[in-house]
Amino acid sequence: MTTPSPSETSPKTLFEKVWDAHLIQPETDAAPALVYIDLHLIHEVTSPQAFTALEQRGLKVRRPDRVYGTLDHSTPTTPRAPGSKPIYINAAAKKQVETLEDNCRRHGIRLAGWDSPERGIVHVIGPELGLTQPGMTIVCGDSHTSTHGAFGALAFGIGTTEVGHVLATQSLLQSKPRTMRVTVDGRLPHGVGGKDLILAIIAELGAGGASGHVIEYAGEAIEALSMEERMTVCNMSIEAGARAGMIAPDATTFAWLDGRKHAPKGAAWEAAKARWASLKSDPDARFDAEVRLDGSKLAPMVTWGDSPDMAAPIDASVPRAPEGPAAEALNYMGFKAGEALMGETIDAVFVGSCTNARLSDLREAAAVIAGRHVKPGVRMLVVPGSEEVKRQAEAEGLDAIFRTAGAEWREPGCSMCIAMNGDSGRSGERIVSTSNRNFAGRQGRGVRTILASPATAAASAIAGAIADPRRILEASHAQ
Amino acid sequence: MLNEPIKTVTARSFVIRDANVDTDQIIPARFLTTTERGALAEACFHDWRFTPDGEQTDHPLNTVNREEQRILIAGDNFGCGSSREHAPWALRDFGVEAVITSRAADIFKSNALKNGLVVCEIDEAAHAALLDREDLEITVDVVNQTVTAGNITASFKLDPFARTCLIEGVDPLGYILNQSDAIARFEQETAA
Repeated sequence: MTTPSPSETSPKTLFEKVWDAHLIQPETDAAPALVYIDLHLIHEVTSPQAFTALEQRGLKVRRPDRVYGTLDHSTPTTPRAPGSKPIYINAAAKKQVETLEDNCRRHGIRLAGWDSPERGIVHVIGPELGLTQPGMTIVCGDSHTSTHGAFGALAFGIGTTEVGHVLATQSLLQSKPRTMRVTVDGRLPHGVGGKDLILAIIAELGAGGASGHVIEYAGEAIEALSMEERMTVCNMSIEAGARAGMIAPDATTFAWLDGRKHAPKGAAWEAAKARWASLKSDPDARFDAEVRLDGSKLAPMVTWGDSPDMAAPIDASVPRAPEGPAAEALNYMGFKAGEALMGETIDAVFVGSCTNARLSDLREAAAVIAGRHVKPGVRMLVVPGSEEVKRQAEAEGLDAIFRTAGAEWREPGCSMCIAMNGDSGRSGERIVSTSNRNFAGRQGRGVRTILASPATAAASAIAGAIADPRRILEASHAQ
Repeated sequence: MLNEPIKTVTARSFVIRDANVDTDQIIPARFLTTTERGALAEACFHDWRFTPDGEQTDHPLNTVNREEQRILIAGDNFGCGSSREHAPWALRDFGVEAVITSRAADIFKSNALKNGLVVCEIDEAAHAALLDREDLEITVDVVNQTVTAGNITASFKLDPFARTCLIEGVDPLGYILNQSDAIARFEQETAA
């Protein structure tokens, strides 16, 4: 299991640079590497038992200044008057939130609580506050921690036992993952975005295709992505089984971070930028696996089954002669073999989640739905990713666009992505969702999830069926 | 602080053939609101085992003898999806002591091994043979990293540290705490 340690001059991947810079102890025959963790994000669902474990052993939180908590998973998103108390789905959810409030208070950990303007989905607020920075190691008890890799950080999800390890020691035992580079050549066509790209990549790799690997996304199409789209891409790395996803920081990254609350300022900012500019794979760096895609050939993507790799271009049909899991998936979704995806009726639309609930996502959906109406009988939920996203969206009037179109404008949270706060569909319903997982029952028992971009979700809400947003965008453009 | 050492698991098996069984199947998210440990047996594969009204379904999991059938033979990429440690907790509470598969998802495997749930990734041929047979007497030998079921033998490879933790009952947190000086040195050197 010993990996020969490369000399200082041998070419390194971006991942290896960040990994090496955080090694407290390298991997040996007997033990994995001990890796220092720069930033530990916590939320109410995966932390309570970790604090309990610490207290049972009389341990303190080693670096409360490197921990940041938020409330997002169990929290209600039902609109409420300022100052009024949230109404939880059940007593357990309330207790879970109160437990985190209590744990943060007792251990001196910053918490974006109910009264904080910083509260939101953990993977939305980390970048938004500038807590997430290039070259960092970032962990959270949440698999979509891979989101932060969009900044050139090494960021991955951990279990509750490891949350306890990081609280107590600010470090983590980790076997060195393998590396994979996914290069996307060309430019994405108009009307095709980061969500479509990552769904295409997952379809190519398979749901376990990147197991044991950290993916670096590279190539012309990746470089041209906005910061938000890069986050969407890295966010769903886990849906291909990857440990993490990373993108080398560049001018787009720096422009996005500049001026954020916790980003370095003044001379420190200039120094940080100079340091971060070296965070890219060396030209001759070797990856354990290489995958190449042509971005210019992609179309908007939707999923047709109950695994995220069951994705296809929106103008395609579902499999014509499905067997095994594909046949079961079509049966679950209520699709007939060979049917066209477009025109399949839907019952609800969810715009939200750590994948697609940033301001740009809401703008994308609003651009499609502005001046149009959600099909009668279809329910549409728009759930901003954070209090800050909500404020900005309202300042731009996006909330009014959604409300006028017949959608619900809600409070920030994970909402219908994980459906543990009461926001869920009914059995048999089809939901076009901008979230990350279409597993059976993910959005409520028996609910059928169709993953898509915010634009596709909005177009589908208008049609009451899976619909191609490019047609609406072209029509708007022509007017 | 030591955990219960686990050198071997000998039990009968049950099979979940499906590939890509995700953590939302193992434990639906609405059961994640717990702040405690040890009460997730009913939540384990809940929506496969129970109707919305709480009646038992005719799913084969409801015929599993939880006292005896403590080894799960699972399809490829088992435990994909979320990082919820509630998934191995629920399996342990249900009675499962080892999962044998061709490939387990990374975070699930890491979480499972920290909870005394042995994860054995074996070659596809042996895996296929085991998937076809219900209720076998199986021995998982953690020391020698072998799975034996009648005339079927397969090997698996655990991370050496995870193996040591299992067979000697070593607690990983204790191990890291012993490196506190190195951690402090790292913090000083990097001004972290």
